Amino acid sequence: MNLTRRQCLLLLLPAAAAGWEALQAGAPERAPNYDKTQHWWGMLLDISKCIGCGNCVRACAAENQVPPGYFRTWVERYRVRDEDMPYPQVDSPDGGMHGFPPIPADGMKEFFVPKMCNHCADSPCTQVCPVGATFITPDGVVLVDKEYCLGCRYCIQACPYGCRFFNPVTHTAEKCTLCYHRITKGLTTACCEACPTGARQLVDLKNPNDPIHAFLRTHNVAVLKPYLATGAKVFYNDLDGSVR
Amino acid sequence: MQVQGYMYPNEYELAWSILIVVYPYITGLVAGAFILASLERVFHVEAVKPTYRLALLTALAFLLVAPLPLQLHLGHPERSFEMYLTPHRTSAMAMFGFVYLWYLMAVLVLEIWLDYRRDIVLLSQRTRGWRRAIYRALTLGSSNISAGALAVDERAGYIVTVVGIPSALLLHGYVGFIFGSVKANPWWSSPLMPVVFIFSAMVSGIAAVLLIYMFTTWVRKRALDMRCLDTIARYLLYTFLIDFSLEMLDLVHRIYEANESFRSLDFMVHTRLYLSQIVIQIYIGTLLPLALLGLVQVIKLGATARKRIYACAGSLALVGIFAMRWNVVIGGQLFSKSFLGYTTYKLAFATREGLLPAILLMLLPLPILWGLTKLLPPWPEREAEPAGENRAATLSL
Repeated sequence: MNLTRRQCLLLLLPAAAAGWEALQAGAPERAPNYDKTQHWWGMLLDISKCIGCGNCVRACAAENQVPPGYFRTWVERYRVRDEDMPYPQVDSPDGGMHGFPPIPADGMKEFFVPKMCNHCADSPCTQVCPVGATFITPDGVVLVDKEYCLGCRYCIQACPYGCRFFNPVTHTAEKCTLCYHRITKGLTTACCEACPTGARQLVDLKNPNDPIHAFLRTHNVAVLKPYLATGAKVFYNDLDGSVR
Repeated sequence: MQVQGYMYPNEYELAWSILIVVYPYITGLVAGAFILASLERVFHVEAVKPTYRLALLTALAFLLVAPLPLQLHLGHPERSFEMYLTPHRTSAMAMFGFVYLWYLMAVLVLEIWLDYRRDIVLLSQRTRGWRRAIYRALTLGSSNISAGALAVDERAGYIVTVVGIPSALLLHGYVGFIFGSVKANPWWSSPLMPVVFIFSAMVSGIAAVLLIYMFTTWVRKRALDMRCLDTIARYLLYTFLIDFSLEMLDLVHRIYEANESFRSLDFMVHTRLYLSQIVIQIYIGTLLPLALLGLVQVIKLGATARKRIYACAGSLALVGIFAMRWNVVIGGQLFSKSFLGYTTYKLAFATREGLLPAILLMLLPLPILWGLTKLLPPWPEREAEPAGENRAATLSL
């Protein structure tokens, strides 16, 4: 049987696609012996790079089956008048999942702020959980044990960042897991993977070779609500003073 | 959902409903009623003696209902026992089960049993059939009501009450701490919160016992002990004044400090909480009853007028303290932690966390109290029962 070049390509293309998929799916094999004690996870969110496309919100919802109307991560659009910094105008339609409707330029400072669980080292949500269903892993990720959570919602009240919600299906508290099922297999989080500009980057604070150390040394980086001393590990580059 | 300004997207829905308003309200009634009972036992305020047992039974009736709103609120009530098995030591809420059990079993039930033991023994001999079986069970096998045994009961009861006072304060102070320790929420976060909760608990508990005493006396067609009523009303006035002063101190402090959350909270008080906080809690539920109770202290009024004023002031105080609980629990969730927006609370009716279950839970202690008064009559007339019968019962042991 003689194959033309076109026929050959048509046959090889699906095989190549399947191969590429397998290559990607095979990535977890890069870290078969994950050691929790060797990591201390956090996230770098670069406000100057965020374009408010909502890819991260959609990726998170798809990856984690987040119920509609609730958000493990969301994006806010800030609009700040120069003389009114304490009272910015903020919107986040559908958590920024589908981007933002354009607003005619009116001279206001405008930027996007991705939000998510700060995986605080001294997290108030972990502190208040009456049964320890919320806990921090040895590698610094705050998780909720759905099989143990009473659904009392004290943690939702205790989170200063509004990152938790009550899952109406499981009747338990829920929040960002930093894609723990992925990062322990050597992958990055769904939101980081989906971000087209690299505004979101998973960082390992225990890894001396992680570029985050140089970044923290050379940039103006801040965390949200530092006065609450929660030990937040989500760092914001270029964080405006108006952001709450 | 009526949202004004900007709320974090997970904040639209309130995490804590009216059931969490009912819970501190009920535990407050428990703690307050117990403190009133202890006035007679520990502080020897003899005038309130007619309400001593009634106050204890009221506290027990409400305490039995106290965990129900929490159970109904939990996403997984079947897991609530985990709080006993694996309590998380850093959690203020984890203490609930232990404080509750301690207060129920080691304080209230024990004190009631010690105080009623003589009556229970006598009733176990005087009654017949299933009632006799119940009373015999309640004696716990101890039917010695000799003078020596009763003196031991009295002494033990005194010790239990002395332990019970800090326990009652702990029970409700800790509820205040649950709110006061949430640093994420400036409406709640205050070291004054447990103290305010304790005094407001005393106000509501004293007012509740006052009203229940008046109502039960009226139903039983007996004469009210005006000395007792006047004394309770005076204590209600004192605790109410302390409670109001503390709340005003908190308010003045917030206004003067005017930190970043102030604009948000101030807006809320003037709009969404205006009716429940300014009108109902402060004007109708605090200043008006305070004025009424104060009036009795400065003007000499007849017994009928005093009774009416006390009934009115007591009812208003109960409304005011309920409004206070509402404003703390619901009010604390109406604004965004971004301080940039406000949401509304939509109170459903016949849902799991709706108005109907809240009303039923508020009413449930009343039939329980009725049952308790049938089982263990708290009325002072028991003292006037035929002496011969008592003696015969004692001798027959």
